[in-house]
Amino acid sequence: MIPVLADIYYYEPWWIQIIKSLVIFAVIFAILPVLIVYERKLLGRMQARYGPNRVGPYGLAQPLAEIVKFAVKEPFRPTTSVGYLFRIAPVIAIVCAVTALSLIPFGPVENIFGTPVGLYGIDVSIGPLFVFALSGISFYGIMLGGWASGSKYSFLGAMRSAAQLISYEVSQSLALIGVVITAQTLSLTGIVRAQQGMWFFIPQCVGFLVFMIASFAETNRAPFDLVEADSELVGGYFTEYGGTPFVAYLFAEYASMVVVSGIATAVFLGGWLLPFGIHPPGWVDPFVVLAKILLVFSFFIWIRATLPRFRYDQLMSFGWKILLPLATLNALVTAVIVASK
Amino acid sequence: MTPPYDPGPDVIEVMRVPAPGPAAGAYRAFGATLKGLRTTFARIFEGPVTIQYPEEKTPVYPRFRGRHKLHRFEDTGLEKCVGCSLCAAACPADCIRVVAAENTPEHRISAGERYAAVYEINLSRCIFCGYCEVACPFDAITMGHDYELADYTRSDLIFTKEMLLAEPIERTPLRTEDE
Repeated sequence: MIPVLADIYYYEPWWIQIIKSLVIFAVIFAILPVLIVYERKLLGRMQARYGPNRVGPYGLAQPLAEIVKFAVKEPFRPTTSVGYLFRIAPVIAIVCAVTALSLIPFGPVENIFGTPVGLYGIDVSIGPLFVFALSGISFYGIMLGGWASGSKYSFLGAMRSAAQLISYEVSQSLALIGVVITAQTLSLTGIVRAQQGMWFFIPQCVGFLVFMIASFAETNRAPFDLVEADSELVGGYFTEYGGTPFVAYLFAEYASMVVVSGIATAVFLGGWLLPFGIHPPGWVDPFVVLAKILLVFSFFIWIRATLPRFRYDQLMSFGWKILLPLATLNALVTAVIVASK
Repeated sequence: MTPPYDPGPDVIEVMRVPAPGPAAGAYRAFGATLKGLRTTFARIFEGPVTIQYPEEKTPVYPRFRGRHKLHRFEDTGLEKCVGCSLCAAACPADCIRVVAAENTPEHRISAGERYAAVYEINLSRCIFCGYCEVACPFDAITMGHDYELADYTRSDLIFTKEMLLAEPIERTPLRTEDE
């Protein structure tokens, strides 16, 4: 069969596909509230305070209380808003974030009860491209949400996110090109397998740095959170959102952080591989990946606790004058080295 | 650069950053960021400085000016207050009301000639300046240590003589010598 869109490397029967997607979906959505409370606790510790510690043991039930709070709130929208766009924008954001989750490889193809199952949502020959495409579409969620709110704060936030995403997506994709050239494949599991000898964050350290910085911008995290800069824009693009649509945006943001952490794990941090030639049994692999994702996520929080927000002109000049040349240079040097071998 | 004499501990050392330019930009982007990352990371191991208020309270100093207390003589049990109204005169917030009455031999309440028939402090107006304590010639009124004075109605904050005389529930920890 000639593939219409992209090669899919290993294709299971349909029922395994469904079970797989349900498991990934359930696991990640169970992890997201934990991540939110983890972020608040860690951020608190870094600022010499406790963070939430009232609801449940160690404050762990905090997200549950908040979900209930948001869910029972009255849904409202400003009279100036554009109705259907206002409702559909958070859906776009969350769908894109969740779809990108399917790309994260949690392990190679394993035999589970005699059935070979790939421990990933889908393994396509265009892995990183698919991720970038989805992050490009998820930007519509932010853009439409901000514009359809009919409020100037939301609109300003949406405009900023437009400029920011365009500027930093270029560097982010260029940062991955070095890895793709070295690994000679666009499949994410293929990239992980290519890291058997050495994880790519050592030879591709510049690419790793650029990718991480661009990822902060891409997920609208501090120090690039101009999109939702609360001190100047009230809440940025979700100023007018309350209740569950607001939670949808929040979940989309954290899901995209998990996605970016997962991609960074797969591409630079050796995916499910462990250092020093340790080869654990296959069932450990997803936990290795989850631990690495948590590590990258903690780095996101650490940066948030440390750096103040960029000014808008600093954001632009940093993106175009430093990050983009650095990413281009990294891709060029890698290409030359690989070609001369 | 060291000054010619020892300036003592009052002088704060100023750290100089490189002059603006590419070098300074690189320093800020990497050196300063790494320093900041180290700073925030170190906080994790120091632990929180939060005092979990309702469960855990900041100890107050012995001279802390909290809610007032009226006193009795320990041996006779008579009230120290003689109803002279000097506290009410000294009060800048005008929150003390004293109505004096005569002691009689069969009905003796204070050690002096008169006693306070009504002694009220409106704690919603009190500014806790402690002038009443200073003005009192018999040390009948002193400032206690209780600062948890929130209530649901304003009228509940008017403390009568019985409430001020009553042995207060010690809700506030006192600071020890070395704290």
